[in-house]
Amino acid sequence: MVFASLSAEETEQLASTFAAALEPGDVVTVAGELGAGKTTFVRGACRALGVEGPVTSPTFTIGHRYQGRVTVSHLDLYRYQGVSAAEWGDLEPYFPDAVVFVEWPEAGAGMLPSPRARVSIEHDDGTRRRITIENSDAILLDQLTRAHTRP
Amino acid sequence: MILAIETSCDETAAALLDGSGRLCANVVSSQAELHARFGGVVPEVASRRHLELIVPVLRAALEEAQTTLDEVDLVAVTQGPGLIGALLVGIAAAKAIAWSRRLPLVPVDHLLGHVAALYLDPPALEPPFLCLLASGGHTLLLEVREHASLRLLGTTLDDAAGEAFDKGARLLGLGYPGGAAIDRRAREGDASAYAFPVARVGGFDFSFSGLKTALLYEVRGLSPGELASRRADLAASYQHAIVRALVEQTLRAAKEIGAGQIAVAGGVGANSELRSVLEGAALVPLELCTDNAAMIASAARFLEPLQPSGYLGLDAYASRQLA
Repeated sequence: MVFASLSAEETEQLASTFAAALEPGDVVTVAGELGAGKTTFVRGACRALGVEGPVTSPTFTIGHRYQGRVTVSHLDLYRYQGVSAAEWGDLEPYFPDAVVFVEWPEAGAGMLPSPRARVSIEHDDGTRRRITIENSDAILLDQLTRAHTRP
Repeated sequence: MILAIETSCDETAAALLDGSGRLCANVVSSQAELHARFGGVVPEVASRRHLELIVPVLRAALEEAQTTLDEVDLVAVTQGPGLIGALLVGIAAAKAIAWSRRLPLVPVDHLLGHVAALYLDPPALEPPFLCLLASGGHTLLLEVREHASLRLLGTTLDDAAGEAFDKGARLLGLGYPGGAAIDRRAREGDASAYAFPVARVGGFDFSFSGLKTALLYEVRGLSPGELASRRADLAASYQHAIVRALVEQTLRAAKEIGAGQIAVAGGVGANSELRSVLEGAALVPLELCTDNAAMIASAARFLEPLQPSGYLGLDAYASRQLA
């Protein structure tokens, strides 16, 4: 399913609608180039999960954990070349009993648990973004299609 | 003598601080000699790396201070925030050393550590002051009323300032670490060539992700040849926008709380433009701006130590406790 966003606010809004049905144990990967709006998307999703404080980029810190209605883990594999068994050992504790968002998921191929949804954000013309959401079940996209379909 | 250990992120670090506040050893694993000795070219982002380095780093620190564990009477260690697995390596080492010698142990917050680098001589700063703490992972404005008492005034809402430098360097095709690469290239450029936006956010918070995107849009429109000829101007203008955002919020906060003294800590505190623009600010020496254990030893002097019965169960924390 492909959506368009014209601003950071729209990206947050879309993410918020999408995330409302997420539950602990769900993994969502968020891919896209620098400045595409991955952290913006995760911030919007976190709001729907009841997280109130700043949701910031974990590029340097690798993992953030927020407490909302549910526990939310926010991971970023930007600085990884791949994920070795030892590196997975550091990431694994962020997964149990949490909704997990993973930015720059490419380095984790083969190591990450299979995601409930894959989000990818691309730069389009100007400030416009193309947001593609692929998921394995219909529940997540149902609300989203109703709320955000553009003519 | 205080022995301090820091393993919250990429660096495995150990330091020794004597009773008079003199830094006797400060060893950080990324230092060139250690790198050569242990052969780490592209370090794994993993606590296993800390596990391999912790003993050699501790040995190197004791050697540098020409002392032994017999002279240590207090052990300090970073408790968080950071990557849990990485923190646990430092905490386990600290517990083992302290327990085997029945020494007290002080858990230290990493962010307080950055501030406490200012208490070392130089600059031997005394509170109260307003501290801008800017690094790859954090950008905070802190009111420091007492040595170990921090009040959070503002924080970044998206990217940290150090991350903005790093990702800007990647967009510009400059090297790593990005902060130093942009700083160098900016010296050859014209900072007024591009008018990058300085985000105005409420309170004393910061935002750098719009700036990163603005740079991306500029770079996207350039051919490789054009980028090569404009690179220095882009670096200078981009750096200027980051520094302006940091300085404007810091000065506004200083005025608001009536701070008589401003200080800068953290990795971005090594940036030459920031250091020259904030006149009269207390600055952490360059070698102590990025993560190190000397700052953890310094902070330990102002915290209550735990006795052996109190620290065996000590755990790490991942997220910032300051709120």
